[in-house]
Amino acid sequence: MNRLIELKNVSFGYSGTTVIEGVNLVIRPGDFIGMIGPNGGGKSTIIKIIMGLLEPWNGEVYLQSMINIGYLPQYHEFDGQFPISVEEVVLSGLLKKGNIAARVKKEERKKASKVLEQVGMLPLAHRSIGDLSGGQMQRVFIGRALISDPDLLILDEPQTYVDNRFEQELYQLLEAISQKTAILLVSHDVGQIVSSVKTIACVNKQLHFHPSNQITEEILESYNCPIDLITHGHVPHRVLPTHHS
Amino acid sequence: MISDFLSYSFIQNALLASILGSITAGIIGTYVVARRMVFITGGITHASFGGLGIGYFIGINPLIGAAIFGVLSGLGVEFVSKYQKIREDSVIAMIWSFGMALGIIFIYLTPGYAPNLLSYLFGNILSVSFGDLLTMAGLLLVVLALFIPFFRLIQYITFDEVFARTSRAPVSLFKYLLVGLVALTAVIYIRVAGIILVLSLLTIPQNAAMLFSNNLKKIMWLSILFGFLGSLAGLIFSYSLNIPSGASIIFSLVILYLLASAVKSIKLTGSRRKNLLTGS
Repeated sequence: MNRLIELKNVSFGYSGTTVIEGVNLVIRPGDFIGMIGPNGGGKSTIIKIIMGLLEPWNGEVYLQSMINIGYLPQYHEFDGQFPISVEEVVLSGLLKKGNIAARVKKEERKKASKVLEQVGMLPLAHRSIGDLSGGQMQRVFIGRALISDPDLLILDEPQTYVDNRFEQELYQLLEAISQKTAILLVSHDVGQIVSSVKTIACVNKQLHFHPSNQITEEILESYNCPIDLITHGHVPHRVLPTHHS
Repeated sequence: MISDFLSYSFIQNALLASILGSITAGIIGTYVVARRMVFITGGITHASFGGLGIGYFIGINPLIGAAIFGVLSGLGVEFVSKYQKIREDSVIAMIWSFGMALGIIFIYLTPGYAPNLLSYLFGNILSVSFGDLLTMAGLLLVVLALFIPFFRLIQYITFDEVFARTSRAPVSLFKYLLVGLVALTAVIYIRVAGIILVLSLLTIPQNAAMLFSNNLKKIMWLSILFGFLGSLAGLIFSYSLNIPSGASIIFSLVILYLLASAVKSIKLTGSRRKNLLTGS
C-alpha cells in the first residue's frame, strides 16, 4: 500500500543526548494517528524530522514525492509586532518550493476566507496578527495549516491556548477533514483524542503503536506514557496486545 | 531662487541621489526594521570602515574596500547566528569595533593626509558624482529584481522563518542574498549620510510608515515617500543654512517622524472620542 511518510530506524539527539531511538513510523492515506507521550519524550522531535527541520543522526526518512503537508508547530517563533494581517498569515500556508515567485491569486483569497470561517477568525481577517490573543493566534495558525488542502495534516499540540469550546469544534473539524486527509495529532491529552483517532502512537524515546480502542490507563502507565485519561473519561478499558518493537 | 537652486549640477545630482536612495532604503530598510536587524546593520556599516581603511592603504577606491568588508561581515553575522551557542549581539559588537579599529590603523599607516575621512563618517550628498549615481541606480535594479518577483517569499521568511523552512523553499539562500543587499545599501549610501548616520535612512522613514499600516507593501511605499520628503527638506536646509547635508537630512527625518506620530495620536484620540459619543 502506498505510504505518505515512512521513518525507518530513526535516531536523533541534542548535544550527545539521545532523544529518540530506533523510531519506525508509517503514515498512509486515511490514517488518523494520535501521538502521545511525556514531555521530553521526543514527539516534537519526530515531527521536526518529518518536516525537514532536523536531520536525523541515522535511519531513513521517506516522503512521498510532491507530498503536501499542513503543519502546526508547537511553538511559534515570530515577532508579535511584525506588520502582517491575519489573512496574509493564513495565505503563507500556500508557500511551496515550486511557487516561490507566485503572486496572491483571487481564488487563494477566497480559500483563505473559507479557512478563516472554519476556525472562526473571519471577522478578524484584516487585523494585525500581533493584536490577537494567544487562542485567536492559534486558530489562525491552524488555518495556515489547513489552507493548502494537505495530504497529511500534522498538528503539534493544537489545543494549547485555545478555550474548551473551540477545542471541541476543532475535534469535530478534524473528524470531518480526516475523511480525505491523513492526520497526525500530537497531544498530551489522550482522553480527548481517542474518541476520533484510529491509532495511538506512544512516544517515549521509542515509538509504540496501539489501535485506539485498546488503550487503558494501566497500559499507558506501564509503557511510561503517563497521560491523564481520567479527566475526560469515556474510554473503554480493554486488553492491549504485546508490543512488537 | 528655486531655479537658481536647481541649476547647480551638484544639486541635481543630490536630488537624483535622494530619489534613488529613498526607493532603495524604503525597500531594504523595511526589511531591516521588520526583521529587527537594525543592530546588525549598524555593525555592518561600521565594520565596513575597516575595508575603507584597507582601500586607502592599498590605493583602490575606499568604497570598494568598504563594500567587500561590509558584505563579508553581514554574511559572517548571518552565518554565526545559525549557531545558537554564540550570543549574536556580542558578535555584532565585536565585528563593529574590530572594523573601526582596523580602519583607523590602516588610515594611520597610509602616508599623507586622508582628506575625505570626515565625509565618510558624516556623508555629503552635495559631493555625489555621476559615477556614484550609476552605482546607486545599479543597486536599485538588483533590489527590485529580488523584491518584485519574490516579495511574498521574503515576507513569509521574515515573518516566520521556521515555518517557511518547512515548505522546503530556499530560505537560507534568500537570507544571505538579503543581508548582502543590506550591506551594499548601507555602504553605497555612506556617500550620502556617512557611516555614522546611514542607519537613520534605513530606520526612521520605515518606523514612521509603520505607524500607519500593517501591510508590508504599503509600508515600503510610505517609507519611500517619507524618505524622499525628509531628504528634500534636509537638502534645502543644508543649502540655505550652509550646514552639513548628512546631519540636516537626519534632522529633517526625525522631525518628520515626530510629526507622523503626532498625526497618528490625533487620529487615535479622534476615533476614541467618536467611539465614546456613539457609545460603542
